[in-house]
Amino acid sequence: MTHTLGRPDFDLIAGWVEPGHRVLDLGCGDGALLKLLITTRNVQGWGVDIEDANVLAAIRNGINVIQSNLEKGLADFADDAFDHVVLSRTLQTVRHTEHILREMLRVGREAVVSFPNFAYWQNLRSVLDGRMPVSEDLPYQWYDSPNVRFFTLLDFEALCGQMGLTIVERRVLDEAGEIVLADSPRDLNFLGSLAVYRLTRPR
Amino acid sequence: MPGIGVVESQRIHFSEPLHLRSGGILPAYDLAVETYGTLNAARSNAILVCHALSGHHHLAGHYADAPDNVGWWDNIIGPGRPLDTDKFFIVGLNNPGGCHGSTGPSSINPATGKPWGADFPIIAVSDWVTAQARLADRFGIDSWAAVMGGSLGGMQALRWTISYPERVRNALIIASAPKLTAQNIAFNDVARQAILTDPDFHGGHYYEHGTRPVRGLRLARMLGHITYLSDDQMGEKFGRELRNGSFAFDYDVEFEVESYLRYQGDKFAGYFDANTYLLMTKALDYFDPARLDDGDLVKTMGRTHPNTNFFVASFTTDWRFSPARSREIVAALLANGRKVSYAEIDLNFGHDSFLMEDPHYHGLVAAFLGNIAL
Repeated sequence: MTHTLGRPDFDLIAGWVEPGHRVLDLGCGDGALLKLLITTRNVQGWGVDIEDANVLAAIRNGINVIQSNLEKGLADFADDAFDHVVLSRTLQTVRHTEHILREMLRVGREAVVSFPNFAYWQNLRSVLDGRMPVSEDLPYQWYDSPNVRFFTLLDFEALCGQMGLTIVERRVLDEAGEIVLADSPRDLNFLGSLAVYRLTRPR
Repeated sequence: MPGIGVVESQRIHFSEPLHLRSGGILPAYDLAVETYGTLNAARSNAILVCHALSGHHHLAGHYADAPDNVGWWDNIIGPGRPLDTDKFFIVGLNNPGGCHGSTGPSSINPATGKPWGADFPIIAVSDWVTAQARLADRFGIDSWAAVMGGSLGGMQALRWTISYPERVRNALIIASAPKLTAQNIAFNDVARQAILTDPDFHGGHYYEHGTRPVRGLRLARMLGHITYLSDDQMGEKFGRELRNGSFAFDYDVEFEVESYLRYQGDKFAGYFDANTYLLMTKALDYFDPARLDDGDLVKTMGRTHPNTNFFVASFTTDWRFSPARSREIVAALLANGRKVSYAEIDLNFGHDSFLMEDPHYHGLVAAFLGNIAL
């Protein structure tokens, strides 16, 4: 199966938004996800990115983008301003994990978070073989990785529980971008390379 | 890339009185205007560039008889430049109250037959926008493809989106603020005091005395200049370099920074009108569109058109109009669900950065304007 823009999590996220929704994409890069959601789902979109090159690329793509540092929170955004706040493959690069999750659910009704699962069996095998994992979803060498937080599906779910966040939906993908079907979280944790979550918080 | 080359300016007369926010009236007025590029048949490709405190209508190119008199924003305007004259029709004007050809304090007051001087009415940013709207009418431009400005020019662009939301399709608000801080007003007042207390000021009627408050204007400009540069840039450019290598133990020019500031002050005082300087600083101080809504900027930005695209930019080393001030505009636009992009540009030239040629900065402007469908 081929995926839009080679990003299987994009297809999942596209399925979760409704036309007219307001979507904020944190760490939006060149705005590819927002462009997809605007063209195929007719949403209103805004992106946030800190990198000059990404801000320029997003504007070139006709995407609204705010240059800002996610570590400092989302102070420019009002409470409940968005239907969905997306953090796609970026949570592992953010130092203030709890803060950004809380901020996402302050400015948005729903948070969509995707991240590489460090407990994926190929990653575990790599570590058992004595080397840090490098894969489709962890495409960096240990010395040039932007990732600062290393965690698994189960770790993330434990944190959500601790923070009182509600997991509305969980999708787990393998390295080829195929949905992993398994019953127990333990199995998903072992078989999934990328996890995508929909979160809310009790209001 | 070569620039636009030889340009010409024109004076356009407006006979309908301009009723000003201050209660004053300009019975009739002239505007000095320059345009570059060609207005298309649909009149949909016009960009208005608003000037800041000391600017004017001569944005780009040079005059046939003055090849060194290059427009103040020449680096961004021309064929293939971000404000591409092959695509857009660019309009620059000298605002009323100015001293570069538009009706201002040095013009003749028809009621007295003498220069207006201090009797020239106080003029607000919203008044300039009204005058600019009439200029658009004169050109048959219903809506601007973009209105753009830096600093006080950015305030005019912002005001356009509030006063005439349906007439601005894109707004570029650069190194600006939704209102001045107390510190900023304080700087302006010191500048004004320098002019007002100059013995050559004569209550603003110095034209009749054949003098100009050159000393006051020079001090005002020197102070302003300090605030337009960054500490780092001044350190790099001048450090503590001495002109003659050693201390002279007197009050003549010793440090390079003194030499630079005095030169800038002298140059400016040589051509700029002090009454215009006073007017411009007051326009800056009074600018606060949120007063329309009891100080609620979010409410005020709700007056903008939902289809207008905003590009707001600030510069990391600008402490006169800091990034935080631009972010206030951005936050208020976002709170209304407006289409806004914001860039915080890392340039070392303080407030003056907005005038500099920088690939990233100009790339952003080009990218934003590149999305405009004509």
